[in-house]
Amino acid sequence: MSALSTSEPAGEAAPLLSMAGISKAFSGVEVLRDVRFDLRPGEVHVLAGENGAGKSTLIKIAAGVHSEYEGSIHLHGQLTRFTSPHDAAVRGISVIHQEMSLIDAMSVVDNMFLGRELSRPGSGGQWLDRAAQLRRARQFCDQLGLGDIDLLRPVEDYSLSVKNRIEIAKALAWSARIFVMDEPTSALSEPEVVRLFEIIGQLKAQGCGIIYISHRMEEIYRLATRITVLRDGRYIGTEEAARLPAPELIRWMIGRELKTHFPPRRAKLGAERLRVEGLSLLAPGSTSTGSRRWLVRDVSLSVRAGEIVGLAGLQGSGNSDLFRGIFGALGPPAQGRVLVDGQPFRVRSPRHSVRQGLAYLTSDRKGTGLVLSMDLARNVTLASVPAISPGGWVQESRERRIAAEHTQALSIRATGPTQEVSTLSGGNQQKVALAKWIETRPRVLLLDEPTRGVDVGAKHEIYELMNQWTEQGHAIVLITSEMPELLGLSDRIVAMHRGRVTAEFTRAEATQEKVLEAAMADSAP
Amino acid sequence: MRETLETQHEAELAEVERRRDGLKPLLNFLQRPWVRALAPLVLVLIIGVVFNAHRAFYAWGTHRDMLRQVSVYGILACGLTLVIITGGIDLSVGSLLGFTAVLFAQVSIHQAWPALPAVLVVLVAGSACGLVSGELISRFRMQPFIATLAMMVFARGLAKTISGGEKVSQAVLLPDGSPKYLDLPRVFSVIDSKVLGGHLAVVSIIFFACVAVCWVLLGKLRWGRYLYATGGNEDSARLSGIPIHRVKLLAYGLSGLMAAVAGICQAVQEQQGDPEAGNGYELTAIAIVVMGGTSLNGGRGGMLFTLLGAAIIGYLEKILSINAVPEAFRLMLTGGIVVAAVLFQKVRK
Repeated sequence: MSALSTSEPAGEAAPLLSMAGISKAFSGVEVLRDVRFDLRPGEVHVLAGENGAGKSTLIKIAAGVHSEYEGSIHLHGQLTRFTSPHDAAVRGISVIHQEMSLIDAMSVVDNMFLGRELSRPGSGGQWLDRAAQLRRARQFCDQLGLGDIDLLRPVEDYSLSVKNRIEIAKALAWSARIFVMDEPTSALSEPEVVRLFEIIGQLKAQGCGIIYISHRMEEIYRLATRITVLRDGRYIGTEEAARLPAPELIRWMIGRELKTHFPPRRAKLGAERLRVEGLSLLAPGSTSTGSRRWLVRDVSLSVRAGEIVGLAGLQGSGNSDLFRGIFGALGPPAQGRVLVDGQPFRVRSPRHSVRQGLAYLTSDRKGTGLVLSMDLARNVTLASVPAISPGGWVQESRERRIAAEHTQALSIRATGPTQEVSTLSGGNQQKVALAKWIETRPRVLLLDEPTRGVDVGAKHEIYELMNQWTEQGHAIVLITSEMPELLGLSDRIVAMHRGRVTAEFTRAEATQEKVLEAAMADSAP
Repeated sequence: MRETLETQHEAELAEVERRRDGLKPLLNFLQRPWVRALAPLVLVLIIGVVFNAHRAFYAWGTHRDMLRQVSVYGILACGLTLVIITGGIDLSVGSLLGFTAVLFAQVSIHQAWPALPAVLVVLVAGSACGLVSGELISRFRMQPFIATLAMMVFARGLAKTISGGEKVSQAVLLPDGSPKYLDLPRVFSVIDSKVLGGHLAVVSIIFFACVAVCWVLLGKLRWGRYLYATGGNEDSARLSGIPIHRVKLLAYGLSGLMAAVAGICQAVQEQQGDPEAGNGYELTAIAIVVMGGTSLNGGRGGMLFTLLGAAIIGYLEKILSINAVPEAFRLMLTGGIVVAAVLFQKVRK
């Protein structure tokens, strides 16, 4: 213990943080199993893995969000257990969030000291020492190149990139030594990214350690000192970045066999159903003035009747945004056009799109898919109410019959058409959401994570249904974060990265390695 | 010794268990949705029978008067139910009642318009105010609370402007200072009468008609479905192609229309248009909707609940007045009972 000294070279220094034998389960489902991870001073340690590999859970444990886990955490060599995010923050672990944790309406300085206010001596911590806070805040902001920031203005007046730096300044003000950065560049422009990387360099030089999560290959290799890979909640390995070339890294991340059986594709391909030409979409609210933030850039896509096209992409690739854009949920697109069955299709609003034969299953069935307070039958007919209400009068008997048909066709397990959907299981809820869209007899189905949170049995039923629908001539565009599913269901796969299409594969060409590489790199290999 | 104690204890536990099993059918019965919905009303009726001064509770006249007195509030509550089901709120209904009452008195007494155009103009004016609120909420994304609060203040000002701050009644001052009495149009006496041999007030029939119209809308019509879906989950509804914008316009527009209907009833009963009329009525109307069981979060509830809520509030007032409970005490009691009823519904969930 006495050898603990900050003057040691980074490579051999005692770790700032070391986690060993970490296991964690959520309501019986294991998400992490015997994972280890350590962070040395002055390094950027990249945590890599596919969606759902357990990265987020691991850093949430490190940051005190989950205080129930198996295994041990040593902070500066001492066994510890963080009881809350605040506890971890006070002890020097700072999480720079994807979604900002700053309170928009509060001033920069108040945000920086929120939860750890500086108070006047002798006031029992009740009387804020504003002068001292301003002085300290100024000092840390200067250090991060925020010299001209107005500390008294609300943070909402500043751009994302500045907010990002304010968060880091906040962490410094809390004397953090360990920084957790989860996809910090996902919303930044290139010069802003460069600026962030300079700051990361500074932090390294000061002996801080950085846990960095990214889905971008170039970023990983630009920053990483070491890389640890997780896969399906297991620890795969840790290696110096220089000794782990990209193909090897990808193999570590995938490294499993396709074990699920997918029903054979039987549908015959017909005429082109959906065509997207040069579609570009802006983030809502970023139009015209200031920074235009592109969600999707110049995407072209074609889907034929009876075809399933998979859209591969990791978090922040813009594939879900592409769905929202095509469906009109983002309003008229900034550039490009969409054609359905060869006819130009004016993208305006979801209402318009539904009428034109588009269906969009969102990835969040509770938030944007179902109306949980309504019963099964009413959810099934939600997107086709006009069809069951000639003259404005809802024909309930017809509605019941439709609900019964879908209940049977999709084998939805429910007590009857009047069961409230909030009381159905996840898989059955998902089937109700699917039934809602099939009932509109769509020409094109945009399915975002159709099997999320669904048990294995129901998954297979959904695969089989997708097969049936394509046989009936529907066209399907599919997003799924499960690589085997993507490869097993899609006739073609289009890979996206940072809002652009990077590669396209036929069913025969596609392999996990190729698809993942295209989804992580700015240009195809 | 110790063992006997333990066996004794076990026996006691078993006995408790047995008694609980005995209660089970009763508990199950109490869990049924309709039982729970009706329970507060039954409770109020029991109180009415117990505290039955001069046996007034057994006279039909008491019930008829209760219905008549709650009708204006009930009509406001009908419109509010629609708005609350979409997840919104309308604070302006009380002021709109005042404005439309004044307007109706103005055109029918002072201007001596025939009944039909007078009624139509007032209904259009009320709906228009509601549509303005709806537009502010749906197009300009103002919070319903703020938008309708602004409308509440604005409509009260409107009422005072067109009335000149005075009650609009039969009595007018001639330029020379002498009073003159105008005729009361026939429409006043028609609406303020009783039918079925004096057993039912016409305003109560209007209330029931409003309930029926809203019930059909909510339960049978396409747009009713849209109201529930919008309140249940606006995002899901929008992504399912439901025209959220027009749904909200409809809800607030109908709320304004109902307020105008209530305004006419109020003017007729008072035989004048009082610019202060309806002050605070919105709160009673909200209490009716909420006590019935319609959720302020939107998406759940219905007209029969509102009818129930109106009956509860109506009987409560009636019972308290039969027993000559002082005003101050009555207010405190009403507040307490609203809280109790809503808590009861939370338990229901």
